[in-house]
Amino acid sequence: MPHTLAEKVWADHVVRSADGEPDLLYIDLHLLHEVTSPQAFDGLRNAGRPLRRPDLTIATEDHNTPTLEIDKPIADPVSRLQIETLRKNCADFGVRIHSLGDAQQGIVHVVGPQLGLTQPGMTVVCGDSHTSTHGAFGALAFGIGTSEVEHVLATQTLPLKPFKTMAVTVTGELAEGVTAKDVVLAVIAQIGTGGGQGYVIEYRGAAVEKLSMEGRMTVCNMSIEAGARAGMIAPDETTFAYLKGRAHAPAGADWDAAVAYWKTLHTDDGAKFDAEVVIDGDALTPYVTWGTNPGQGLPLSASVPDPETDFDAEVDKTAARKALEYMGLRAGTPLREIKVDTVFLGSCTNGRLEDLRAAAAVIKGRKVADGVRMLVVPGSARVRLEAEAEGLHEVFTAAGAEWRFAGCSMCLGMNPDQLAPGERSASTSNRNFEGRQGKGGRTHLVSPLVAAATAVTGTLSSPSDLAA
Amino acid sequence: MEKFKTHTGRALPLRRSNVDTDQIIPAVYLKRITRTGFEDGLFAAWRADPDFILNSEDYQGVSVLVAGPDFGTGSSREHAVWALKDYGFKVVLSARFADIFRGNSAKDGLLTAVLKQEDIELLWKLVEENPELEVTVDLEAREVRVEGHVFTFEVDEYTRWRLLEGLDDISLTLRHGEDIDGFEDKRPGFKPKTLPAAA
Repeated sequence: MPHTLAEKVWADHVVRSADGEPDLLYIDLHLLHEVTSPQAFDGLRNAGRPLRRPDLTIATEDHNTPTLEIDKPIADPVSRLQIETLRKNCADFGVRIHSLGDAQQGIVHVVGPQLGLTQPGMTVVCGDSHTSTHGAFGALAFGIGTSEVEHVLATQTLPLKPFKTMAVTVTGELAEGVTAKDVVLAVIAQIGTGGGQGYVIEYRGAAVEKLSMEGRMTVCNMSIEAGARAGMIAPDETTFAYLKGRAHAPAGADWDAAVAYWKTLHTDDGAKFDAEVVIDGDALTPYVTWGTNPGQGLPLSASVPDPETDFDAEVDKTAARKALEYMGLRAGTPLREIKVDTVFLGSCTNGRLEDLRAAAAVIKGRKVADGVRMLVVPGSARVRLEAEAEGLHEVFTAAGAEWRFAGCSMCLGMNPDQLAPGERSASTSNRNFEGRQGKGGRTHLVSPLVAAATAVTGTLSSPSDLAA
Repeated sequence: MEKFKTHTGRALPLRRSNVDTDQIIPAVYLKRITRTGFEDGLFAAWRADPDFILNSEDYQGVSVLVAGPDFGTGSSREHAVWALKDYGFKVVLSARFADIFRGNSAKDGLLTAVLKQEDIELLWKLVEENPELEVTVDLEAREVRVEGHVFTFEVDEYTRWRLLEGLDDISLTLRHGEDIDGFEDKRPGFKPKTLPAAA
């Protein structure tokens, strides 16, 4: 019987299956960070349970870490305590940790792939919804809550009901200036923030196959913003080339055995998805969000929608009214006329080397507009080092942007990198929720290319708007 | 975990869709390392507005939240469930929940019951007209009862059983330790390990 990619990976991890009960699924890799793990470690301690597989567990510090003066103690005592708690928990339970200042520190979803720990056909979990990122390798990767973190620490398994499967096929070829970020923003705008609820999405089609691993991670990363637990892309030569030679990638005979297995990880001809969506990749243009959820997005060439005439359902009208009020926008305003105060380039969505390169190419020889601040926050310490080796930091600082240390930073403002009330950002991150980047802050989600062009003009722009 | 069979209490009509977990509890409250005491973070940004419905005299002491569709989208933070529970909510009713939020709720004994949007609309109307109305949520019968109206709700059978019995997942899983040992014996050797750290 033909199977989908997701069904194959699921089947290969079922420890136990019984009627009327969820499947017990084995977890190959458990990623930890400081925010969602302390209560889970306390739960283990209180129950006197050991950590079953420290050798399948790894921690990094990312959400609370400052991006300036990282050699000094963390100023916020509550943030500092949370980080110190992670360090103590890792020491007590024998978990490998990459702390601030370490060359492998960074956002958990950037660190796993760059170490080669994320591989096709694995199950990967983390107490973080953007764990879907790792699906770019053909892994089944999804975010979990703290109770589930404790469950995985104690048992290396999770009881789960199988997800439904959805195919999102992006046909054709992306035009110049159209990126993985625009693809996923268009997908979410089409199916809505609840459209993927209960599903694992498999992204396929010519436009997806042409994406780099970095681009694939961007697409899978935002699957959760469409409500899907996970996003996946079948592994191929691009995947294998990315993995080969990485610190934790298999080597020698193991490599051959692994690749032979990985090559079986694709949806069989004739396999049935529970839902299918097709996106015309040829027609895509740069996308930006105008509202307060990631489904409220439009092509950059559009105007702010009218809650009274552009929506049918009453709940959508209400949501749009509230969004425009919060965002301080008027219906009918061209999106290109929206002025921003801050540009944030970074996050687990768009904080990898390719993202920094793309933005640097746009901003090179240009200046960040007067009155606009631009933060460039590499996704990991390694990304920062690699960018510096290419001189990207000089491109950004020469333009007037700030070159920061690695972490989640302004994506969610748990560290000092926040928007002030009323301040407006163009952000390469993943959520435009009210107050996400700082209380009262207003977020427009954009690609790295749009972020860089917007920094130059001061209004939402694409590179094609810039004078040659 | 406490057993959940039936709950009767007054209800808060929250006429909003896409109530994401950043609204339920902003990130600044996530720095704590405890598992309780999150009630002050619940809807913190909205509660700063005196007109927000949870600030109304009429809705003090509510324990049933009636929300628009796509409740709990966004971050996986279980703190969102802890904040709702610490504030005093026992049940959330919505036409659609985000998966991770729903899973987290089940782990902590917060019942998330799926009703039809038309039933939600009627509930909103009823408790807006009379904030004193008592709403009964009966998990055994899978029913919400209020003022002569009966709405049936959806909840998956396994979660319902666990809530009714008050069972925690880790103890249930540890009963199958031999199955896990057996699975581990057969895992392919090429699967990566985090230890020792490779150069």
